[in-house]
This record gives sequence, C-alpha cells and structure tokens, in this order.
Amino acid sequence: MGRALKITSLIAAAGFVLTACSAASPEAETRTLKVAYQKTDSFTALDTLFQAAKQEFEAANQGVTVALEPIQANDDDYGTKLALALRSPSTAPDVFYEDTFKVRSDVDAGYLLKLDSHLEGWEDWDTFDDGAKAAGLGDDGGTYAVPLGTDTRGIWYNKKVLTAAGVSVPWEPRTWQDILDTARKIKASDATVVPFNMYAGKATGEGTVMQSFYELLYGTGSELYDADAKKWVVGSPGFTDSLGFLKTLYDEKLAVSPAEALDANVWKKVFGEWLPEGKLGATVEGSYTPSFWQKGGSYEWAEYGQDMGVTAFPTQNGQAPGGVSMSGGWTLAVGAETKNPDLAFEFLATALNQKNSLAFNVASSQIAVRKDVAADSGYQAANPFVKDVSELVAVTHYRPATAEYPRISAAVQEATEAVITGAKSPEQAAADYDTAVKGIVGEAKTVAK
Amino acid sequence: MAVSLRRVQTGHRRRRPGLRRQARLLPVVPAVVLLLVFLAGPVLWAFHASFTNAALTGRNARNPGWIGFDNYARLLSDPMLPLSLGLTVLFVGGSAIVGQNLLGLTLAVLMRRARRPVAAVVGTAVVAAWVLPEIVAAFAAYAYFSRDGTLNQLLGGLGLGQTDWLYSFPLVAILLANIWRGTAFSMLVYRAALSDIPGEVTEAALMDGAGGWQRLAFITIPMIRGSIATNLMLITLQTLAVFTLIWVMTAGGPANASTTLPVLAYLEAFKFGDIGYGTAVASVLILIGLVFGAAYVRLLREDKP
Repeated sequence: MGRALKITSLIAAAGFVLTACSAASPEAETRTLKVAYQKTDSFTALDTLFQAAKQEFEAANQGVTVALEPIQANDDDYGTKLALALRSPSTAPDVFYEDTFKVRSDVDAGYLLKLDSHLEGWEDWDTFDDGAKAAGLGDDGGTYAVPLGTDTRGIWYNKKVLTAAGVSVPWEPRTWQDILDTARKIKASDATVVPFNMYAGKATGEGTVMQSFYELLYGTGSELYDADAKKWVVGSPGFTDSLGFLKTLYDEKLAVSPAEALDANVWKKVFGEWLPEGKLGATVEGSYTPSFWQKGGSYEWAEYGQDMGVTAFPTQNGQAPGGVSMSGGWTLAVGAETKNPDLAFEFLATALNQKNSLAFNVASSQIAVRKDVAADSGYQAANPFVKDVSELVAVTHYRPATAEYPRISAAVQEATEAVITGAKSPEQAAADYDTAVKGIVGEAKTVAK
Repeated sequence: MAVSLRRVQTGHRRRRPGLRRQARLLPVVPAVVLLLVFLAGPVLWAFHASFTNAALTGRNARNPGWIGFDNYARLLSDPMLPLSLGLTVLFVGGSAIVGQNLLGLTLAVLMRRARRPVAAVVGTAVVAAWVLPEIVAAFAAYAYFSRDGTLNQLLGGLGLGQTDWLYSFPLVAILLANIWRGTAFSMLVYRAALSDIPGEVTEAALMDGAGGWQRLAFITIPMIRGSIATNLMLITLQTLAVFTLIWVMTAGGPANASTTLPVLAYLEAFKFGDIGYGTAVASVLILIGLVFGAAYVRLLREDKP
C-alpha cells in the first residue's frame, strides 16, 4: 500500500513536469464544414472574409452549416496549432488557411486534399496568375492549395526624416553602400533617430529572414537552397557578406540596439511608434505595410501616403536585376480527411470568388493573384503603394518549401543573433551555420558554392 | 439467536477479508484512473514518442517510424544539452532550492515575531503573487523587467540609468521572477510547520540559555525537517516544469541564454516540428524529476522514527 502510494505520488509528480494536450470533441454533424483560420487583434481581414463567405455559402446550400473556428495566434503558433489539429482526422478542419511555405511538407504529411479534379470544373481558376498557382503545388505536380494573395518586400522610408538629413527623395539606393551612406548621413544629422532598421535574431522569427537577411543574401548572387540539385548551400561568401552588413549596421548603431532587436514586439514599435513619429529613417518590410496604417488598421496614420515612400532593396554592388524582394503568401486548402470534399471545395471557391478576394486583398494590403482583382480600380486605388509593391514581383524570391526549412531558418536567425550581439564574427557565425545545416540535413544534401 | 448471528458474521468476515479490503479501496479508484489516464498516459506516450521520428508535418507526421535510441544519441551530442541542463540546474537551484525555500523560511520565522498588521500585510503581498495565474504573473514580470518597465523607471528615478534586464541578465530576471512568484508556497508550508512546534520545547531551550540562532539551528529546523523535505520536493518539481514564465519573459533568449529544458523541449517539438526529439528532451526532464522525487521521498522516510 505504502509502495503503491509512493509510486502514485511519483507519477503525479512527474505529471507536473509534462503537461498533457487536450483532445477536441468529434464532429457532431456530417453536413457541417469546419473552417480553421488565423485571427488576431491586428489581423481581422480574414475573419471578415470568412464571415461573408459563410453567409453566402449557407444561403446557397440549405442544410449545411459552416462552423468558423478562428485561431488566435501569431504566424508561428498558428502553424503549430493547425498542424496539431491536422494530426487527427477527428480534429482536422475541412477548409483551412495555410502558409505557402508549409504546403509541400503538409502534402508530404498527407494533410492536404489534391484539388486537381475540382479545379478542372472551376472556371475562376483561369483568372489566377500562373506564378501564384505554383505556390499550391505538391512534389508530385498536383495542386493542393489555392492562393489568397501574395506579398513582396522592399524598403519603406520616412520622407520627412530623409529630407531633414539632406537626402533627396524619392530615395533609390543602388548598392548596400548607398544604404550605409544614407544611414550615416541620417545619424550625423540627428543622433536620436534610428537610421535603418533590419530585423535580426530569433525573437522576430521568420521576420528576421524574410524582411532582412534574405534580401541581403539573394542580393549577393548566392542563395539558400539549390532547387535544381535539391541541396542546401553552405560556405558561400554571400552568406558571410550578408552577416557582415548586419554587423556594420548594428555596430555603428545605425540600427536599433541589439536588445531592442531581440524583443519579439519590436515590429509593433516600428509600425506603431517609430515610423509615424519620425524616429526611424527606414525599415525593410512587406507590401502589407499599409494595412497597419490605413483606416481601420491597428496603427492608423492618416498621413502615411504622403510621408512614406517605398523602394526596392538593392543588390550588393548594384548587379542585375538591380533589386531583391522576398515573397510569401497564404492559401486555402481542403483537409485530406474531409467527409464532404465537394462541399469543402465549393466553400473554398466561394471564399475566393472575385468579390471576396477583392475585399480581402484590399483590407489586408495583399498583392492580388486573381487577374480580375488586379485589374479592378478599387484594388488599384486601395493604397498609394499598390503599383510600387506589385512591380517588385519581377525581382522576388520564394523560400525553399521543404520540411527541413523551419530548422534551417532557425539556424540563420541564430547566426544573425550571434553577429549583432557580438558573440561571433560573421565568419565564425557562417561556419557554425554550415555545421548546423550539415547536422540538420546531412552532409550529402549540402553543396558548397 | 444473538450468538448464532455473531457466528455468522465472524464467519463471513473470516471467509472474505480480501474482498472487504478491496471494497475499501473502491472510492480511490476514480482518482487513480484519472491519474493514470491524464498523468501517466501522457508520460508513457512521451516516452514512446521519443523513440520515433514523429513530426508535426512532413512524411513522418501521420506514420512515425521507430528509430530506437537515435533521438537520445543526437541529444547527447547536441551542444544545446549541456547548456540547457546547466541553465536548468541554475534556475532550479537558484530560484527554488535557495531562493524560494530560504526566503519562505525567513519570512515564516520573522512573521511569527512580527506584529499582527505587519504580518498580515507582508503575508498578503507575498501570497498575491502566488494567487495570480501563471500567465498573468509572467506578463507582470515582463512589464517589470522590460526596457521601459517599472524597474528601469524606478532606477531611472534614482539616476541609476537603464539596463536591459531581459537582454543583459535574462537568467537573473527569470530567477527573481520565479522567486517572487513562488515564495508564498514555501512561506505557507513553513508557517504551518512552525506553528506545530510546541511552545514548551522552545521555552526549555530558552531556559538552557540558547540564543536565537541556536534555537533555529538545533530546535526549529530539526523539528520541521519533514516539512522542509516535502516543500523542497514540491518546489523543485514545480520549478523544473516552469515554462510560461520563461517563455513570456525571454522565450529562451537572447542567444539561448535562458533556454531551460522545458523551453528546449517546446522549441524542438513545436517550433521545429520534431516531436520525437522534443519528447526525448521532455523524457530527460521527467527522469530528472523522478530522481529528485525519489531522493526526497527517501529523505522523508528516513525522517520517520
């Protein structure tokens, strides 16, 4: 008895250490469509889209209930929660919001339904841009997801700050050196202003790589992943140079302090305080930037149209094609285990029709992937920067969408963190990154170039 | 009549003593079943998963394969393991065994001597941190230590300048936060234990001429040894499992300077989607918890005459 008690108490004690996950209740009705998507305080455009689609769909399909299940989380946590829900058929949603760079690994996992047969009968599919369609492809060439919109990234600068420092606008840096020169000029004219923000470190997660490091790396002519050989690039001088640029920026205090950079909420200050208050010269950010400032956004700023400018991020020495952008974007997908694949696809098609796509692209400042939306005057007038950021599509790059990617991305973020905190030199950090990559994917899947 | 009835009864009792004993255990069954399902179940599942290549996404998500000790072999060669283990030991040792424990004991001893209103105010202040849900306490601690936080405003008011506590001293910040949050528990345990010490014993020591420190060292502490062991076991295991506090305050950073084992397990399992490897880290954590638990249980047993 005493022994049993002791064992029970030990088990109970161990339970302190590991918390259990909870299971959701199984679906009650077969004619219910579960829709999972992301919703946050500053991102409600998708919720609006699905509310509209739900009404439209339920009116057209008697007896079908659309159960909206918004997940309140940031991008990283949303991905985790969605993946956990997809693991079990009883919790998997029928239709869900899926990040483009997770499509391939989730297809591998068998979470996504192949949509080819459904797409054949959907006349709207022809209006989708061919480049954007590629985002929904699985390794087998089938289409598994339909894009909602895409984005590009460039330099957003505050014209007032630049003009005050004697820099003429529109500002069009051609090389990395141009950025440093301008940043030093701003610093010299007003020491209280942060001249040029580029994210670094693990706290900002994918922001660190998408809105900072990859713009540098892809502008050196190097790349992260050799898509033809399906191998990860190690030992590239471009990688070291990119880290070196970040080091210069942070060492000369042309960027925010490392402590501020490593705060996960730094981007809120960039959008909410520093740029509107003229305390920041420029930042590298996405085409969705106006969605924060426009009416109804989380940091409304009436004058952003006049005060801000956008330009392409330059290549290292001004080499062709003269600019670098990164693209991501989100899609809608249908769960592989859905009991009503036809209904689920119909709902997806309703959510992505011209009217709903247009409203969503405008509200969240997304770059349209439907040609009939892109041609719409309402879309083109949505904010003053639609044309500028859409042109960046010509120089854009995509992340390698493989299952190992999140770990590689973390290794890159770690390298930037080590460099800006002064823990390692760019050469050391690059060498450690190479070791980390070899550890993650195995030496055979790397290539030195 | 009466005699025969008694004979029947005794006969009945003699024939089925086991059944009666088992029936007495019946009310415990639901609790044991719940423990098994919700505590032992996940622990066993985690152990099992740590021998597979289970993942959140990718080919191994739905049908993970058995890979034996690969995860553990990888863990042993992972440079994160020694770092994370060291941080966990520092965190548990510093904030639980030393911080919460000693501070809780000190407060309990002092409060016995303090005036009633003083004791009430101190007691409420300390318990308030314990009453807060962990996530609220974590945000409060983040707001206190962050760059524009209360601590820096206080220091700024004194002209002591600004320090980025969460960046420059992340471990110190989470140590202090955990001491702040958890001391109430130790204090309450020790207050209860101290009030159980008979007044005569202390009086007798006083008569023999024992000073304050001597009474504490030779009377009070030996008499509450059992409570000390129980308290140490509970706060050690609780602190080993602290995740929310660290995640909200530093998320394990900067540069992994506050990545304790629970944070590492979470990062591996959910950030990188490698559930097998994450559960291997968690299993190591469980083992450490079991070792501590067993050690304290032994201590408790030796305590009994």
